[in-house]
Amino acid sequence: MADGTSVPVGVMTSGAAARPRGSMKQFAQRRSTIAFCLCLPLILLVAGFVVYPALYAIYLSMLNKKMTAFVGLSNFAFLLKRHTFQLVIFQSCLFAITAVVFKALIGFILAHLMHNIPGKNQRIWRGLLLVPWVIPLALSTLTWWWMFDPSYSALNWVLERLGFDGVPWLGVGWIARFCTITVNVWYGTPFFMIMYLAALKSVPEQLYEAAAIDGAGSIQKLFFVTIPMMRNIIAITVLFSLIVTFADFDIVRILTSGGPEDMTHVFATYAFQVGIQSGDIPLGASDSLFMFPILAFAAFFVLRGVTRRSKEIAA
Amino acid sequence: MSATTFDGADTRPISHRHSLHRQRVWALWGSYTALGVFVVLFLVPPFYMLMTSLKSSAEISAQKGNPWIVHHPTLANFWYLITYPNFQTYYLNTVIVTVLTVVLSMTIAILAAFSLARMGFWGSQTLATGVFLTYLIPASLLFLPLFRVVGFIGLINSYWCLVLLYPTLAVPFCTWIMIGYFSSIPKELDEAALIDGAGYLQMLFRIFIPVAMPGIIAATIFAFTISWGAFLYPLAYLYTSNQMVLTVGIVSDLIRGDVFEWGKIMAANVLASLPPILIYAFLMDYYVAGLTAGATKG
Repeated sequence: MADGTSVPVGVMTSGAAARPRGSMKQFAQRRSTIAFCLCLPLILLVAGFVVYPALYAIYLSMLNKKMTAFVGLSNFAFLLKRHTFQLVIFQSCLFAITAVVFKALIGFILAHLMHNIPGKNQRIWRGLLLVPWVIPLALSTLTWWWMFDPSYSALNWVLERLGFDGVPWLGVGWIARFCTITVNVWYGTPFFMIMYLAALKSVPEQLYEAAAIDGAGSIQKLFFVTIPMMRNIIAITVLFSLIVTFADFDIVRILTSGGPEDMTHVFATYAFQVGIQSGDIPLGASDSLFMFPILAFAAFFVLRGVTRRSKEIAA
Repeated sequence: MSATTFDGADTRPISHRHSLHRQRVWALWGSYTALGVFVVLFLVPPFYMLMTSLKSSAEISAQKGNPWIVHHPTLANFWYLITYPNFQTYYLNTVIVTVLTVVLSMTIAILAAFSLARMGFWGSQTLATGVFLTYLIPASLLFLPLFRVVGFIGLINSYWCLVLLYPTLAVPFCTWIMIGYFSSIPKELDEAALIDGAGYLQMLFRIFIPVAMPGIIAATIFAFTISWGAFLYPLAYLYTSNQMVLTVGIVSDLIRGDVFEWGKIMAANVLASLPPILIYAFLMDYYVAGLTAGATKG
């Protein structure tokens, strides 16, 4: 494909002497044709396995269970009336927002602590703190499940040694919700830490010196120098994490499969249960489409950040 | 240092230097202590994973003594898994899928990034932004329609469908990393190459790929991580053990009904987590640099 187009430019420039204007145009045309061909695999991949399925999901969501008749929006109406689905909406938002807030806070604290210690020691500490993020999520969630196990719980062993009662970790709705969020925070915090650490390092030291001369304390420096300088990166990291957390599947699926009493189901796990396990693909598709408005809301903000950066690249 | 305060400076001018120094030392040791607490908290699950993997089934079910340490370490679980044909299949399948995914994703991403960063065509700016926006359509929204698409292609219950689908998860971000690295290469370099009569592909292979090697390593690690640990697509599309990959294989094969062989499950976890941990141990710096390079520029 691309091999045929990689004719050395020298061949074309030999003709340029005769018709400089025309061949310049030809050169530009040829250049953009090659450019398009190089992008073609990407375009095909995205069109075939992202854009088309996304549009197909909208179509599927308007069919009945056997996919024989067009039923309009009644799948959405049916879902909204179901108590289980109302729980799904609530838990998805609770899960995503709480987890992202805690990840951002702990990540911020960790980045500051890391920034305090000398540079040569940072590598080993960063490596240790990145471990949760390196282990495949499905596998580490299995380990958490084992720690929460009702009869063998190692966490309860610790609690009992400290004089507390054992906790039925995954057996009671709100505790199970807390557990899913904990696992997500444990997994996602390292990402925030390295992003914030990079942002902290990019804040010029002179700003702190100037603030110190003006008599700023450490709290003032934090709120008037550090946070404004990091605002962009905080926004982008939070929004991306929000998208990923909102669409999370692995943790809830492995830890609780949505139980107890459907209290921990999120959009993804509920779509899996309805669509794959119960075989009602249209209903599952309409369930997962509920994610889209919320993600599109996030998209608006991400897009603003991204275009700002694209302009910088172009400049 | 942002953690140091200057509060004592006015009241005790003589001890100024001394107290500043002392505060700095305190801040340093405070940071180390706090980081130590976080490291311990973060490493609890991996530690417990390792401990359980070294226990025999009898020791686990006996429930005597401290569950956090292993009293009679044994490698029986690891030996069982290494000689267990299904587990060998999962491992092999995962390696095949991951290698193919990485090669495919990187080829697509490098070609596209070169074109988008340097050559450009009508609508290439829109495409660059659009590629990034695919992250707003997550896998958990696409897996149901893709179930029909994969069924239509005839790849249900075949790990080849993963080779087709995983690149959609990896390519957008890889392209983005590569655009960033390619854009940072000075334009004079490719102008010189053009004058010397190099074609675009020669330019890509002789100049861009060698110069942007750190970015390529970062993007490769990203693609590797994605395809090694993905869970939703294999869980939805694979159902016989000869096609399964590690994540799904461990969850569905080693957990049979209500019988949990936790020692074996944890040993499988350890074996499956080793390749990512090793790769990060050696190449973490590249990855962190690649990941944060884009963000700090914005």
